[in-house]
Amino acid sequence: MSQLTEIVEQALAAIEGTEDLKTLDELRVDYLGKKGKITDMMKMMGKLSPAEKPAFGQAVNQAKQAVQKQLSERIDNLKAKELEAQLVAESIDVSLPGRRIDNGGLHPVTRTIERIETFFGELGFSVKEGPEIEDDFHNFDALNISEHHPARADHDTFYFNPKVMLRTQTSGVQIRTMENEKPPLRIISPGRVYRNDYDQTHTPMFHQVEGLLVAENVNFAELKGILHDFLRNFFEEDLEVRFRPSYFPFTEPSAEVDVMGKNGKWLEVLGCGMVHPNVLRSVGIDPEKYSGFAFGMGVERLSMLRYGVNDLRSFFENDLRFLKQFK
Amino acid sequence: MKFSESWLREWVNPSISREELSHQITMAGLEVDGIEGVAGEFSGVVVGEVVECGQHPDADKLRVTKINVGEDELIDIVCGASNCRLGIKVAVAMVGAVLPGDFKIKKAKLRGEPSFGMLCSYGELGIDVESDGILELPVDAPIGADLRDYLSLNDAVIDVDLTANRADCLGMAGLAREVGVLNRQSVTEPSWEAVTPTIDDAIKIDLQAPASCARYLGRVVKNVNVKAESPLWMQEKLRRSGIRSIDPIVDITNYVLIEFGQPMHAFDLAQLAGDIQVRMGTGSEKLTLLDGNEITVPADTLVISDQKQPLALAGVFGGEFSGVNTDTQDIMLECAFFAPLAILGKARRLGLHTDSSHRFERGVDPELQHKVMDRATRLVLDICGGEAGPVVEAKSEEHLPKPVEIVLRRSKLDRILGHHISDAEVTEILERLGFAVTVNADTWEVTTATYRFDMAIEEDLIEEVARIYGYNNIPNTAPVASLSMPDHKESDISLKRVRSMLVARGFQEAVTYSFVDPKLQNLVHPGEEAMTLPNPISVEMSAMRLSMFTGLLGAVGYNQSRQQNRVRLFETGLRFVPDNTAESNVRQQAMLGAVISGNQNDEHWSMESKTVDFFDLKGDLEAIIGLTVSDVEFTFRSATHPALHPGQCAEILRNDRVIGIIGAVHPSLEKPFGLNGKTIVFELELDALLHAGLPLAQTVSKFPANRRDIAIVVDDNVSAGDVVKMIRKVGQNQLVGLNLFDVYQGKGVEPGKKSLAIALTLQDNTRTLEEKEIAEMVDSVVSALKSEFNALLRD
Repeated sequence: MSQLTEIVEQALAAIEGTEDLKTLDELRVDYLGKKGKITDMMKMMGKLSPAEKPAFGQAVNQAKQAVQKQLSERIDNLKAKELEAQLVAESIDVSLPGRRIDNGGLHPVTRTIERIETFFGELGFSVKEGPEIEDDFHNFDALNISEHHPARADHDTFYFNPKVMLRTQTSGVQIRTMENEKPPLRIISPGRVYRNDYDQTHTPMFHQVEGLLVAENVNFAELKGILHDFLRNFFEEDLEVRFRPSYFPFTEPSAEVDVMGKNGKWLEVLGCGMVHPNVLRSVGIDPEKYSGFAFGMGVERLSMLRYGVNDLRSFFENDLRFLKQFK
Repeated sequence: MKFSESWLREWVNPSISREELSHQITMAGLEVDGIEGVAGEFSGVVVGEVVECGQHPDADKLRVTKINVGEDELIDIVCGASNCRLGIKVAVAMVGAVLPGDFKIKKAKLRGEPSFGMLCSYGELGIDVESDGILELPVDAPIGADLRDYLSLNDAVIDVDLTANRADCLGMAGLAREVGVLNRQSVTEPSWEAVTPTIDDAIKIDLQAPASCARYLGRVVKNVNVKAESPLWMQEKLRRSGIRSIDPIVDITNYVLIEFGQPMHAFDLAQLAGDIQVRMGTGSEKLTLLDGNEITVPADTLVISDQKQPLALAGVFGGEFSGVNTDTQDIMLECAFFAPLAILGKARRLGLHTDSSHRFERGVDPELQHKVMDRATRLVLDICGGEAGPVVEAKSEEHLPKPVEIVLRRSKLDRILGHHISDAEVTEILERLGFAVTVNADTWEVTTATYRFDMAIEEDLIEEVARIYGYNNIPNTAPVASLSMPDHKESDISLKRVRSMLVARGFQEAVTYSFVDPKLQNLVHPGEEAMTLPNPISVEMSAMRLSMFTGLLGAVGYNQSRQQNRVRLFETGLRFVPDNTAESNVRQQAMLGAVISGNQNDEHWSMESKTVDFFDLKGDLEAIIGLTVSDVEFTFRSATHPALHPGQCAEILRNDRVIGIIGAVHPSLEKPFGLNGKTIVFELELDALLHAGLPLAQTVSKFPANRRDIAIVVDDNVSAGDVVKMIRKVGQNQLVGLNLFDVYQGKGVEPGKKSLAIALTLQDNTRTLEEKEIAEMVDSVVSALKSEFNALLRD
């Protein structure tokens, strides 16, 4: 029996002192294999008396289990260490940039138009577009701007011929819509417009969004209400707003809308008014039954105020260093 | 229109500050554009008289003067101005005075002579008058008076941006009337001694075009001294209205123009041949205008003529030879009402725009001419002397505009404004405006005034009521509308979706001008005609774009010349293709264009650095096509385009219709556009792209799928697309996956041939495919490829 104890102690010491799985397996064979030292002890059973056999057998089994357990633990232990070492070796610099496609971005003009479309879209306004090369009826006559109206001279129009021009305003889309659809109408029409003017504060092409609501009993107080809401949403601020009487041939009463800038000065951001009865008549809508309001805004102007753009011309240079600021 | 605040306050003087006044008229629709002082900031400058003026002993150009400023002792001042001379009245900056720019006047010695102050020029006082030397004041200027008070320099010039409808405010009288209305104050017109004719001389007036000129007044004034100087008060008022003093007659006509908004003209009587005719041009007459330019008078243009020839373009511009000059002795004054329609557009057509045409085309009060003729004659007599003849009037009563009668309904007023303004308030506003009002139960019968050309319909009165009531006193309310759901189609792809996909793929949206340089566009679209602007900003911005390419390639060049080498841009917008069958003879088509250049990726520590090629952009395009859920409707077909590489260019087709083009930019375009190497572009019609199929769900098979790879060798010119199409056709329903995963040329493949490796995934919905069936399918694919493309299986 003392021999068995000695073998077990030997085995346990050997297992404990082993640092690799291969040696551990050799130890397993040495002790527990078919010809292993502990297995050999089992073979000694035959020489024992029947009375001694059970105790001896039990002792050998216990020895076997003890060594087996020690082996398993040691294996787990070594495997864990090995994994740990592997993980350490696999560690990376997580601060390195990933493989990605850099996001591009929308042009600030589009971004602004999309915001405006959202605000009015949620009120049931639908988006209408129209041609940019327009005829004088849709660009002027139907809007109550007759051939010699002084307002025509103010438009710096790019003419192709006296009848055909680049549109100076998106209001022509109003006319086209009213020609084809009957009230109630709620539309906004964003798009490019053109004026023959180029300096620090003018580009020959810019963008407008025009809005139109025609129904029974549409009134000026509602026009004021909707534009107040719009400006509060657009700037996400309760800016001071004022409505100032103005003149547009296609609206009456007409107003210009100013907001109070950060510098304490009023900034004009919108023109608006009640649709002139002549305009309604020109598209076959009875002004005694229906009334409407219309408003128009310069998209670049609003974008400049919103995003702090200083130079109007930068909108059309398409300099990536400018554009990439709008993610 | 610029006006002097203190002049306005001579007419009407509400007790409000300059800022309040400016705010008030702005909020009434007369937008104030700017307010400027009429002189610089200065103090300590008084009126003095030069009582001694001698030569400086040591300096040729300096004078030593003694100045009387009304104090006990005369002041010694050394002055360098050439016009400094004995007896003139001058502006004296005393010791202690502070001139604009914080310039302090101190005791000084100039070349040894003491100087206790300075004689000032207009410029030194920040007054915008062109003159040489020191400022000379009228002989009656009171010695010792503070110059700011004497010249009322605490005044300001207020610049109002008048809208086209408010012609009535193009004179002090109208502005004062408006300010009076806003402040509920009465207006005081200037008064003068009415002129009594002292001679009988008169010119007959023959009014041949009464519809264009319903009233024409002429008056002869003889023995006028045109060399007299306009009084300082007049010069100053004109200056503050932005008008330079020229000679007394011109100054007087300009003065009444600003005062009452009534343009006048003066003829040199000696140049007139017989009676005056007011008539239309004959179409062949020549007239040299006051600016020296000779014009041919168009036949539909009103002229003032004598018995021989036209003298002036009525209401627009005077003629040169009949104008007042330094030798003029006798004059004829003209004061007329020309109808807006007779003047509208006429000046502009001749490239002219004058203060006179500006007013007549907007409307001058037809009841004003007698008053203004009298006013102007009085000023002529007072300033230039002379004897006035009687006023000769030719008029056509029936053509004179009458006050308009308009009925304003309570119901309409409330309906348009959405706010109730009390009866009393409405009546009061209309009356304050100078309109005659009859109040009924539900209406106001309003007779407007002859000076308000903008009053014609009920809405005009509604605007007036709202304007005077104050737009900001009308509440803000939420619009009320009936809810009706507009039609929505799931098959519509929004442009927004396409844009956001491109943005997610790293594209930046560009907005380029719709007009491009015709020279560059001609390189992209040689021989194609584009619409051209006759009056562009510049030649480089004169041709309407035929595609997105010119603008986008320009943007690439712009960026690459600014060290931005990797460019990915897209743009949406119209192209303009001349087309006689389209509205306005032009097809305006919404397009999507995109361009890439530079490396596929920004340099990266773990990605390959590779220049973009055709397939990079094609991949982006295919991603967009993927949005349509109908990829199979789209095909790419080898094509050519003058701007694109002949071997790397494809038409994009949807259901066999060409909807766009994609390709590598032709190397010959790189230099003119400043492109830095390989650039790929595409453009397609948005309308053809933006509709999608509806997804139709298929049952997912429960049975295993089987992949078989084949590698075939075909001639180089066989299109992979055709191969794939053929396999699809053969495979039919059991072919659930098809992927061309390798293209190889090189060792092991004969020159002129290529190897295509294709993975076929086979699956059936109802059973597991047997090995035999799979082999048969692969065989039939291979044999079809063999017979169609002469394809051989690669070992």
